[in-house]
Amino acid sequence: MKTPPVVELCGIDTVFAGQYVHRQLDLRVEAGQILGLLGGSGSGKTTLLREMLGLLRPNAGKVRLFGFDLDDPDIIAQRAIRRRLGMLFQHGALFSALSVFDNIAFPLRELKCLDEDWIRRLVHLKLAMVEMEAAHGRLMPAELSGGMVKRVALARALALEPELLLLDEPTAGLDPDRSQNFVDLLGSLQQALGLSIIMVTHDLNTLAGLATHVAVLAEQRIVACGPKAEVMTVDHPFVTGFFGADRRKLL
Amino acid sequence: MNDIPSLQVEPGKIVLSGQWTLAAMLPHLAELQADLEALKQTSRQWDLSALSRLDSAAAVLLWRVWQHAWPPGLEILPLHRQVIERVAVLPDEIEAPEPRSFRLIEVLGSLLLKAAVNLRGMLTLFGQLLLDLAYLFRHPDDVPWREFTANIYKAGAQALPVTALVGFLIGVTISYLSALQLKGFGADLFIVNILGISIIRELGPVLVAVLVAGRSGSAMTAQIGVMRVTEEIDALSTMGISRTLRIVLPKILGLTAAMPLLVLWTSFVALFGGMLAALLQLDLSLYYFFENLPRAVPMANLLIGLGKGVLFGFVIALVACHFGLRVKPNTESLSANTTSAVVTAITAVILVDAVFAVLTRQIGMPQL
Repeated sequence: MKTPPVVELCGIDTVFAGQYVHRQLDLRVEAGQILGLLGGSGSGKTTLLREMLGLLRPNAGKVRLFGFDLDDPDIIAQRAIRRRLGMLFQHGALFSALSVFDNIAFPLRELKCLDEDWIRRLVHLKLAMVEMEAAHGRLMPAELSGGMVKRVALARALALEPELLLLDEPTAGLDPDRSQNFVDLLGSLQQALGLSIIMVTHDLNTLAGLATHVAVLAEQRIVACGPKAEVMTVDHPFVTGFFGADRRKLL
Repeated sequence: MNDIPSLQVEPGKIVLSGQWTLAAMLPHLAELQADLEALKQTSRQWDLSALSRLDSAAAVLLWRVWQHAWPPGLEILPLHRQVIERVAVLPDEIEAPEPRSFRLIEVLGSLLLKAAVNLRGMLTLFGQLLLDLAYLFRHPDDVPWREFTANIYKAGAQALPVTALVGFLIGVTISYLSALQLKGFGADLFIVNILGISIIRELGPVLVAVLVAGRSGSAMTAQIGVMRVTEEIDALSTMGISRTLRIVLPKILGLTAAMPLLVLWTSFVALFGGMLAALLQLDLSLYYFFENLPRAVPMANLLIGLGKGVLFGFVIALVACHFGLRVKPNTESLSANTTSAVVTAITAVILVDAVFAVLTRQIGMPQL
């Protein structure tokens, strides 16, 4: 039996105030891929990510996660599907009223069938995974630096060990050294957990270090999608402009 | 491929198969836990080589069943062994974060300290305000007129309908209830005195103060608080613009200027409501009412009412701005400070009103 694609978008139309953001957009992501979603500012990358999460409903078209239609009215099934994915928001979106520990424990506690000892162990595991110390669990989100916010947000996104991880600008706002560390961290986690990752990024180094596949969003649709090496060679003004002289570095 | 996590006890060994992940285990969690619990004491071999997936939640579960030690004979894929190894390096006993203890003395003490800190903060803000005013006196070009008028409009003009409605209804109610009593004594004409004194001197200012504290005070706290959360205040400071001069001062001066006007307006509408109720209930003509009002209510009462308005407006805005500046960048702090601002403002207004009442007890009482 063939596993269905992790994410499948068919004929997506998105209209904001009479302006088409996406028109007849199709995208497939298979299990185990790390897809980098590229596009100019305002080309609707984050919008597309929000549509995959079901935070935003496209004006037309179907979004399927793990072969499951997000328009399905079954609430239980919807919740089950949400538990199979994790999202790292651009600014972390940590719950500011909860400590780091409680932030990571939150999705676990919501399952309502794990005991506290189990949750504590899992939270400590996740903290260790993102290379933070157990003592950091007591801090409040307002006391964290930008890089730590990202790490904690990643730990929270990984709390349920999702099969699909969505990243919105994972390295934006980090210095090159930190961002390289973060990319390495994501890479090793992906290998250890066997995740599929979809990420929106502007950073070529992140893309070069992590992505196996690249999709390019321009002119309201996906103009190129495929393995990294293939997409580099596509002759499209956006692709050539975006990668420019750095093309070689990425290969 | 069988995805359901399952567990078989064969002679000599325990075989686990399927997907041992949190998501897959959830529907069968109770049975699996019970089965594993029963196997806790056995010294059989564990065969995990048939697992298709193993996540850290399942690893923690197994590790606890194994009582924090590797079982003697374990068959497992290297990939899954890594997962369990990560669990194994955790300390055996992970202490829970200490629950916050509750002691009465401690709570009272911290409340007192908090009150002292707030009082000091407001005093500091007041001092800063005086300094800013002195600065503006020397540099009249820097007066933030636009913000000042915007605040008068927001806190004053836009509050007219709601204060009028509440004032009118209160006026009608008081007039109606008093009329019932007065009728019994045949003292109908004293309705003018009762309404005039109570509304102009006391009810008008306090009513408006409570409404404005809820309406404009909370808005000020929330606005300044969110500006702190989004670092807008820092952006202002970076441009060399004083936050107290541009944000706090116009709010406080605006509300101080708008409040007496609101008090005048509300008292008028409340008196009008009272007059209408008196007309219907006691057949007291509007003409009689108007003619007797100045005689029943000396001018001093109106001045006291307006003075209270000025003071209340100042107190409400000062409290609101103080709590707004205390907001820390998280949602909890925003809601806590907005609540504190409204509660403190209303309490402070009533306190000030009581002091006012004691100080002005000799003034403005009609000589009968």
